[in-house]
Amino acid sequence: MNGGNGRGRNTGWSWWYLLFIIQLVAIVWPPFYNRAEPTFIGMPFFYWYQFLWVILGAILTAIVYFAVAHEPRSG
Amino acid sequence: MQELNWTALIVFVVLFAFITWLGFAAAHWRKGDLDQLHEWGLGGRRFGTLITWFLVGGDLYTAYTFVAVPALAFGAGAIAFFAVPYTIIIYPILFLAFPRLWHVCHKHNYITAADFVRGRFGNRWLALAITIAGIVATMPYIALQLVGLQVVIGGMGVWGTGYAGDLPLVIAFIILAAFTYSSGLRAPASIAIVKDILIYIAAFAAVIVVPIQMGGFGKIFAAVPAQKLLLALPGANTTGSYGVYVTLAIGSALALFLYPHSITGILSASSGHAIRRNAAMLPGYSFMLGLLALVGFFALAAGVGGLPEFAGGFKQFGNNFAVPALYLHNFPSWFVGIAFAAIGIGALVPAAIMSIAAANLYTRNIHREFINSNPTDRQEAQMAKWVSLIVKFGALVFIVFVPSQYAIYLQLLGGILIIQTLPSVMLGVYTRWFNDWALLVGWAVGTALGSWMFVAANLTPNYPLHFAGYTFPGYTAFYTVILNLIITVVLTPVFNAMASGAAPSDATAAADYRA
Repeated sequence: MNGGNGRGRNTGWSWWYLLFIIQLVAIVWPPFYNRAEPTFIGMPFFYWYQFLWVILGAILTAIVYFAVAHEPRSG
Repeated sequence: MQELNWTALIVFVVLFAFITWLGFAAAHWRKGDLDQLHEWGLGGRRFGTLITWFLVGGDLYTAYTFVAVPALAFGAGAIAFFAVPYTIIIYPILFLAFPRLWHVCHKHNYITAADFVRGRFGNRWLALAITIAGIVATMPYIALQLVGLQVVIGGMGVWGTGYAGDLPLVIAFIILAAFTYSSGLRAPASIAIVKDILIYIAAFAAVIVVPIQMGGFGKIFAAVPAQKLLLALPGANTTGSYGVYVTLAIGSALALFLYPHSITGILSASSGHAIRRNAAMLPGYSFMLGLLALVGFFALAAGVGGLPEFAGGFKQFGNNFAVPALYLHNFPSWFVGIAFAAIGIGALVPAAIMSIAAANLYTRNIHREFINSNPTDRQEAQMAKWVSLIVKFGALVFIVFVPSQYAIYLQLLGGILIIQTLPSVMLGVYTRWFNDWALLVGWAVGTALGSWMFVAANLTPNYPLHFAGYTFPGYTAFYTVILNLIITVVLTPVFNAMASGAAPSDATAAADYRA
């Protein structure tokens, strides 16, 4: 009933979702962070880097949530 | 052997008594007609953002997680931290795919993933495959929760000989079975709040107090053997531990929300928005899981593995005893009681949700589909209550009579089995393009090959894939779901051509997947 021109809006896609790729890229390549230096409060880089991405991932997810929730769409 | 720790035991029993009362009282919480399956088995789909957060968190971060992840760090080192990228990958998946599943299930009163697949693809045999994968993957997971409970009961010095040694476990399980039967999903939802608060207290205390006692993170990491501190560098012609680390993280993340208990938790939310908010809030648990993995290193640094008073515990429970030993070594007895109660209650919450999820699957997708196609609401809810009892006692019998190592093997295999439902469920919420028989063949091949690889790798979930002179050790679930997907995609046009143009059946409409 909402015809051909409504289909694109109904796929549920938002460009904001691309932000999720950042957190995937950051942790999907262990050679990049499998090192001890630099340490932070005595913690090797391997550990605090991944903890940092838990927090950054949560922030990115929150940004996407608010951006998508406030987009002018029927959903 | 340890002395009986009376103070810890009393604190433990008092907290257990409290959640027992809470579990029964929960029947009256946001009261609904418990003679309807969606009221008993999904809490009436009325849980808002906060309760869903506690419920899903209580569901996914199980007692076994809190024992096994530090135990893996204690035994194998850095590889255990795959749990951190795993949780980072989980939340985009939860955010994107699962609100769609929630909407379509809400619209059509689907209680299980197999209900959805039955409606979407119109094939009862495909739905049966999803049901079997769900039940088979869930059963050992319930049994494993009991292992977590056994470890803390043993840690308090409650030992017995023969079957008398299992008595505390049997009592805990009877309590669990009774309140699940009477209150349904409302019981674990309310207990999850208590459990999560206790777990947070126990985890933060460990992460703050132990490093102070030991003189800082620097000293702790200095005590970790060099080969455990970082991932081993891969040798020539292999992706080595890097490949294992990444495939474990991605494969486990893809599998997580396909488990029936995860889907039960998600479907009980009151809206798709509640799920999305949760995707942004659940990383609170991820952070804690990472901290808990560190606790494995604390136990290494504290040297609990070499202390004579813990020798009996390590002998009986292996590395799973690392966390209880650390608490016993570094905290006063009353706090040990709180920490152990957190783990013990942390076993009951997921065990309750898992047994409800398995009961929903049996009731809806086996009994209603193949045995009695037209039950009354009351019959359906009553059937689910009975099945939840049978499932739990099955798990109890398993853990009492079979070595717990088998439960661990089967749970590892469970991840490989459940991920095979990904094309039908997680991709099914996006597209009806797949042919239902192609999905079924893909599932069967993925399941058979995954089980074979698991056995061939000596009952471990990582298989060294050889290809063109290179070796790619990695998570079998990850490899086999890719094969499953390729088979499904290749066979879909073939089977469609054989069906000679009959329109594919689909009980759902595109609009059902959105708010």
